[in-house]
Amino acid sequence: MSERRDFIKFLVAAPLAHFSVTALDLEEAAIRTRETLERLAERGQQYQPKVFTAVEWRTVRVLVDIVIPRDTRSGSATDAMVPEFMDVFMENRENMRTWMRTGLTWLDDECRQRFSKTFIDCTEAQRMAVLDDIAWPRRARPEMQAGVRFFNNFRNFTASGFWSSKMGVDDLQYMGNMPISQWNGCPAPALDKLGVRYN
Amino acid sequence: MNISKRQPAEYDVCIVGSGAGGGMAAHRLAQGGASVVLLEAGGWWDNSSNSAMLRWPFQSDQRGASTTARPFGEFDACIGGWDLPGEPFTRAEGTNFSWWRARMLGGRTNHWGRISLRFGPDDFRRKSLDGLGDDWPIGYDDLAPYYDRVDELVGIFGSQENLPNHPDGRFQPAPRPRCYELLVKQACDKMGIWCIPARLSVITQALGDRAPCHYCGQCNRGCMTNSNFSSPNVLLFPAQQTNRLRIITSAMAREVTVNAQGLATGVSYINTATGTDEHVRARVVMLAASACESSRILLNSKSSQFPQGLGNSSGVVGRYLTDTTGTDVSGFIPKMVDHVPHNCDGVGGGHIYMPWWLDNKQLDFPRGYHIEVWGGLGVPSYGFMGGIERYEPGGGYGAQLKNDYRRYYGSTIGFSGRGEQIPNADCYCELDPDVKDKYGIPVLRFHWKWADHEINQVKHMQETFRALVSEMGGQVFSTMPTRERGYGIATGGSIIHELGTVRMGRDPKASALNEWCQAWDCRNLFVADGGPFVSQADKNPTWTIMALAMRTADRILELRRTGAI
Repeated sequence: MSERRDFIKFLVAAPLAHFSVTALDLEEAAIRTRETLERLAERGQQYQPKVFTAVEWRTVRVLVDIVIPRDTRSGSATDAMVPEFMDVFMENRENMRTWMRTGLTWLDDECRQRFSKTFIDCTEAQRMAVLDDIAWPRRARPEMQAGVRFFNNFRNFTASGFWSSKMGVDDLQYMGNMPISQWNGCPAPALDKLGVRYN
Repeated sequence: MNISKRQPAEYDVCIVGSGAGGGMAAHRLAQGGASVVLLEAGGWWDNSSNSAMLRWPFQSDQRGASTTARPFGEFDACIGGWDLPGEPFTRAEGTNFSWWRARMLGGRTNHWGRISLRFGPDDFRRKSLDGLGDDWPIGYDDLAPYYDRVDELVGIFGSQENLPNHPDGRFQPAPRPRCYELLVKQACDKMGIWCIPARLSVITQALGDRAPCHYCGQCNRGCMTNSNFSSPNVLLFPAQQTNRLRIITSAMAREVTVNAQGLATGVSYINTATGTDEHVRARVVMLAASACESSRILLNSKSSQFPQGLGNSSGVVGRYLTDTTGTDVSGFIPKMVDHVPHNCDGVGGGHIYMPWWLDNKQLDFPRGYHIEVWGGLGVPSYGFMGGIERYEPGGGYGAQLKNDYRRYYGSTIGFSGRGEQIPNADCYCELDPDVKDKYGIPVLRFHWKWADHEINQVKHMQETFRALVSEMGGQVFSTMPTRERGYGIATGGSIIHELGTVRMGRDPKASALNEWCQAWDCRNLFVADGGPFVSQADKNPTWTIMALAMRTADRILELRRTGAI
């Protein structure tokens, strides 16, 4: 934080036309981010969930990676520490704890009914059979609506955690959140794609 | 108490509220030689050191999500909301209304989108034009010089357009539109909708010691370089350099005190840090606490001389409450799938907007609206691409879903309509006879009812926005709201443009203030927020609040020179 404050002070003090110095600051920002991630990783190894029960924690860690798996461009939801994010985020949000807990219970009940096992004890094929019935709202059967609602929420929550992480931001090639000295509008390839141009 | 001993026993002016109106009045009065004390209910705030500008969502456990103290997200500058702990308001049966309060130095200027529109000549004389509502006691020409001064003092960008009833100002250059905004403009051109550069109080060139915008798109977090407008950094802190402005934070005004002659003598307030009652004496009192809060203070300022509350012999205080009408529609634009990565943050708000472009004589509603546009590649935060199951293929998980997020990111454009409500007899606030807040101050009870004027206008917004999405080849996921649901009209108060309630006028029996925003019943009492407004207009009110406050401050200086107050 103090580094950031220094950066801002520097920014304010810098001559108006010389925002190019921000390259240095961006480097600093990158170092800070790496430190943060390392700290998080450290924390993750010994992370003790405060909201999720031990069983829920195991289930959620499987579920988030089904929603957002690792691929060639970036890691999985657990790599981005989405379960940790969820746990902390729910601490002061009762309504989220409620739908999460109700949903995870629904999932286990459904698995028990079909396979006499909880979700985590099911085989991969059994898990996917249940999820396929709730992951596609438009073709889900009416009796699956409770599951559909849960999975919609869970998908949104996982996406929030993943894409707002450093890993997610990099994956999306988000290029803003930095001071620039001159606004020139959007670059030509972006304009061309939409078939628009500046007069 | 050590501090107060060094203060004058009596100030020239006591201002209640530190937002657009209070800030502007304090600036003008202090510069003009008056000693000023300003009361703010909330705490201190300085964008230069308190802002969360440039913080990444991943640097916080909350990832930018809303919190109780900050309903518009944890990084938003504004501390406040529709529900403040210990500071309730009530609603009459059948009323749906929400009252936003900011609780910090600078008030709502920490919140708004910096959309800075002048009212036009027609906006001051609507009754003369269509028989509805009332005319203002002043016209555009009275306010035009003050709009000019606000433009130059505070800074604004825009473009010279010469459109009827949308007066141009003293603008700095407007930034180029973003690529998706050009797409919107293309559709507008085809549909005959005016689409012009936005008019925002963001500076694109240096102004005094304020640096030009650095285009991080985070005006709402408070600008560390003071490149946009907020009351503390642009008005209050410079005014403090005169050594004639004292700001007292954590000071919740209770009532305006009066003497035997019926003149205001100062303001009693509660020190919210200690819970103690305090009083500050002043020769002039100026309320700028926001339209409804100023009404509440007046209604609570009851005495044997003013049994209905101060400045309320007409009975209009609290009456003619309006908010801007609003509804939103967003559309998925297939052309924008698989975006070209680039930085489209720009300024904190749309670079374009659509001023009212039609003639109401041809329509089934009497007043207009403007359109705001949103979209683009925002910083990924809590809520990112929520509801992706609405997009093809309709949800799912895994590699396909992960890729869908990438492909659909930035492919949505949204439109928000912001229109004029006509004041009506069913929309007002009054003191609740039973309920008090945690300071023991009686609270407001709201009454609210939209008229067909507004409902029909919002229907037109919905149809227009849907047609715009369609023109861009897009798809709206939501169905058109029914008439029973008011075509999706936003709850009263939710656009946070409450106006009226302490209206100005020519007739002391039908208005609380004269043409100088001076109370008919109390010549050293003035109002400098949205309270004096006689009509809404389809323009955001901040610029008019500031022009009026500056004019009122000038009037106070003049009256003090002549010894009239």
